[in-house]
Amino acid sequence: MEINFTHHQTAHCENGVVSNLMKYNGFDVSEPMVFGIGSGLMFCYIPFLKVNYAPAISYRTMPGQIFKRFAKRTGIKIKKEKFKNPQQAEARLIENLEKNNPVGLQVGVYNLVYFPDEYRFHFNAHNLIVYGKQNDNYLISDPVMETVTSLTSKELEKVRFAKGAFAPKGHMYYPIDFPEKLNIESAIIKGIKNTCRDMLAPVPVIGVNGIKYTAKLIRKWPKKKGVKVANHYLGQIVRMQEEIGTGGGGFRYIYAAFLQESSKILNNSKLAELSKEMTVIGDLWRDFALDASRIYKSRSAKDDAYNHVASQLEAIADKEEIFFKELKKAI
Amino acid sequence: MKKSDVPQDKSSLETGKHKELCYAVDDKGEYTTAKSSGWQPKTIALDNAIQEINDRIAKAKARVLNKETSPIEYYMELHKMDIGILASYVGLFKWQVKRHFKLKRFNKLSEKTLEKYAHVFEISIDQLKDIDYGN
Repeated sequence: MEINFTHHQTAHCENGVVSNLMKYNGFDVSEPMVFGIGSGLMFCYIPFLKVNYAPAISYRTMPGQIFKRFAKRTGIKIKKEKFKNPQQAEARLIENLEKNNPVGLQVGVYNLVYFPDEYRFHFNAHNLIVYGKQNDNYLISDPVMETVTSLTSKELEKVRFAKGAFAPKGHMYYPIDFPEKLNIESAIIKGIKNTCRDMLAPVPVIGVNGIKYTAKLIRKWPKKKGVKVANHYLGQIVRMQEEIGTGGGGFRYIYAAFLQESSKILNNSKLAELSKEMTVIGDLWRDFALDASRIYKSRSAKDDAYNHVASQLEAIADKEEIFFKELKKAI
Repeated sequence: MKKSDVPQDKSSLETGKHKELCYAVDDKGEYTTAKSSGWQPKTIALDNAIQEINDRIAKAKARVLNKETSPIEYYMELHKMDIGILASYVGLFKWQVKRHFKLKRFNKLSEKTLEKYAHVFEISIDQLKDIDYGN
């Protein structure tokens, strides 16, 4: 069985699954719209969580939040299920495919055989769509891939029941009910307000404050942790920023695209201006990644090199603080 | 980022002929998408992470050969796991897994427990006991 499903490649998996499922159901919603309405943009330094033996930084909201908020704000309903038993999880998947219903799945990356080896880490919050089954192969639309792919039923079971942090437990989700017309305008406003609140939150490790906090830590790392660990940590920041998901620069460009699209929908020229400003900030994040990667590549790690990238981050934080205050006023 | 600046650097994406989608602005300032074959800072960051893992695998291997730890630790590193992840895969507590790193404990493990580890690492019990199979 194969559902007549069109695959569109996206920059980020969760946005992509939502956007693709919406398009399948007849609503033309772009990836940036999903990201903006779902308030995907975020910064969080998570001191107690270690990934690959270095502190974790998230540039996005918790997995699942984007879809949840998007659904609530546009007025669609989603059905979510988790399973203890892999057979049951597979049976429910087939049931849906037989009803011509493509579904979103949360999966672990480590056993996704179609990814390059270097990209396969134990990360359990990846999302993809299953849109059919041929013999023993499930037909997969993984939004970050250029084209559709497939997994055997054994391979799919492995990724659906990956273990560790954010274990997906067979998590399956799909929209079940749509309003006649999506409440896009009000959804955009709610989405923007939420992001401004997150980014300006009066909490040390979140949003703009979180960026400043991270900059302070970077200054201390070479003395406190030694060059080797400091380099490893800095590498991790860049990796989480640019490779896992689309991180600092990438997410800012998606957000800028969202603001540009919203400016037309809401007929608000201020948002178009802010979109340009966000593009500039995105470029600054990329400059930071470039300079940081140079530090740990040369392995020299002079204190002033660390201070330099820390200052870059602080400048970004200051710019974002002004940006989100303006954005809050603009809607 | 301008569309013309979307990086087309060599990266491990290329070996799999993958390209990523990026958002960038065109000449008129409108947002559009473009494909990227990779970006050097990302590749450096990834290589750094892989290097880190390979170092840990080599260290674990040396420790196993020196009889300082059990092969479980080596296979754990080989599968890019940490103790928490391995513990949840075998369905044991972290402290139990840590204890199984001790050779004395490891040599006394029941077939059933060994089988759990072997199953997670997708090898036989014989292979689990002898890391030379890992090569």
